Amino acid sequence: MASVAHVFRREFAGYFITPVAYVFIVIFLALAAALTFYVGAFFERGRADLLSFFQWHPWIYLFFMPAISMRLWAEERKTGTIELFLTLPVSTAAAVVGKFLAAWVFAGLALALTFPIWLTVNYLGEPDNGVVVASYIGSFLMAGAYLAIGSCLSALTRNQVIAFVLTVTVCFLFNVMGAGAVQPVLGDAVPAELLETLSSFSLLSHFNNIVKGVIDLRDLAYYALTIGVWLAAAAITVDLKKAD
Amino acid sequence: MLALVAAQGLTKRFDAHVAVDRVDLEVGAGEVLGFLGPNGAGKSTTMKMIAGFLTPSEGRASICGHDVTEDPIPARRNLGYLPEGAPLYGDMTAGAFLAFVAAMRGLSGRRGRAAIGLAVERTDLAEVLAQPIDTLSKGFKRRVGLAQALLHDPPVLILDEPTDGLDPNQKHEMRALIREIRPSKAIVISTHILEEVDAVCTRAAIIADGRLLADAAPGDLASWSPLHNAVSLTLGARFADAAAASLAGLDRVETVQRGPAGPDAARLTALSRDGGPILADVGLLIQAHGWEVEDLRTETGALDDVFRRMTQPDGEAPGHG
Repeated sequence: MASVAHVFRREFAGYFITPVAYVFIVIFLALAAALTFYVGAFFERGRADLLSFFQWHPWIYLFFMPAISMRLWAEERKTGTIELFLTLPVSTAAAVVGKFLAAWVFAGLALALTFPIWLTVNYLGEPDNGVVVASYIGSFLMAGAYLAIGSCLSALTRNQVIAFVLTVTVCFLFNVMGAGAVQPVLGDAVPAELLETLSSFSLLSHFNNIVKGVIDLRDLAYYALTIGVWLAAAAITVDLKKAD
Repeated sequence: MLALVAAQGLTKRFDAHVAVDRVDLEVGAGEVLGFLGPNGAGKSTTMKMIAGFLTPSEGRASICGHDVTEDPIPARRNLGYLPEGAPLYGDMTAGAFLAFVAAMRGLSGRRGRAAIGLAVERTDLAEVLAQPIDTLSKGFKRRVGLAQALLHDPPVLILDEPTDGLDPNQKHEMRALIREIRPSKAIVISTHILEEVDAVCTRAAIIADGRLLADAAPGDLASWSPLHNAVSLTLGARFADAAAASLAGLDRVETVQRGPAGPDAARLTALSRDGGPILADVGLLIQAHGWEVEDLRTETGALDDVFRRMTQPDGEAPGHG
């Protein structure tokens, strides 16, 4: 659809009109590197893999992705431009997808700029590059899921700060559902089947599967479905709330 | 005449509040419908529904025969819309913004550049194309909004308060532009400046409390004023009492109003009983009595007078609903 491309282009260029995008990317890269080398003990582990890099992504994204997605709809509603935008000949679905793709490609750009760490590990040892590629794909999909959630929640409010906080909260819940620390806490109170179901909905557990180097169709389907469902919810939310 | 804009029983409810109540409208090519009403009367809500931004609670609206809710994309292709307050993407330059709208309208390459060129020329924007919209004055912003609406030369234009915030020169230019593009288009504008209706509209619709109260040519609306065909005369103060009594005695005169006109003069206004012309009768009276009349004129009736009577029944202050 041509209109998706036009929406995408405007939105993507919009990130770079102010220096905020560059600042964002630099901080993202610095934080990712700091966590990998200092907290993740990249050197001390003495292993030629990038697990100490990728294991932080779900938690870095928890704050960085909502920052990308918060403005998508909240800003349009606040400034009233949504009325201009959605009376152009564009379907709500195309508008939602175009904006989402812009955010996703921007996140992908930030992720792609972490490539020096890949070069580093190849210089130092002989990592399994198949696992690294799988991990990058997993990380990108995870970013997409966060941004889809963020799109929907951004459409819910005119206030970007509220959109940010809501998105962090929801993404956090989707993350910890599968985190090892939470399972024992809930373990006694919740039946095992429910626990397993919850865990299967978790963004984290699917990410952890992919980072091991196994790209399972089920994990891919999970992310595709998560992104699809949240974008559909975003389209419905936009239609319901656009005129409020 | 084919109606390019049509609304039937258009209704919008927000919870218990009825913002727009069963509005019927038809606007054909060459017509400019002026939407008049106090603030909060439902003008903008009606326009948002016709533009397909708000979904009506009941009723339907169509643009060039395409229902705006069931067939939204073809309806929007035929529509140029300037929303209330002319919201724009402030961080884009005016040129980039128009290029974006042109692309969304399917105008690319040479056609896109030609369309932008024409819209920029019509709205006189060339000097600010490279500036971010946020840095433009209110008048320029409004013109960018209008350029955006005109870009694809749509058969239907819906402009919500297009002259709001413009200075008198800019208002004049905006009206000249609307008159220029009028012949081939159906245009709906909302305003609360009544002189604007006389200046550009072929029809005026008065809306209050969500209901359409009148829909007629501005001149016809004005004739509903009690002042229509009234005769005002200014004459020496010493004649005033006698003249007032004689005028009130005329068969076709309803009442005579008296106002001050100067130190030695009085101004009398004789209201026509049936709205018909009474100047001849008054003229005979003047000759018969030999009053020294300084000024004599027939009133046409003022639109704002009619507007005020219709929108604040029983002389109540507006804004209670």
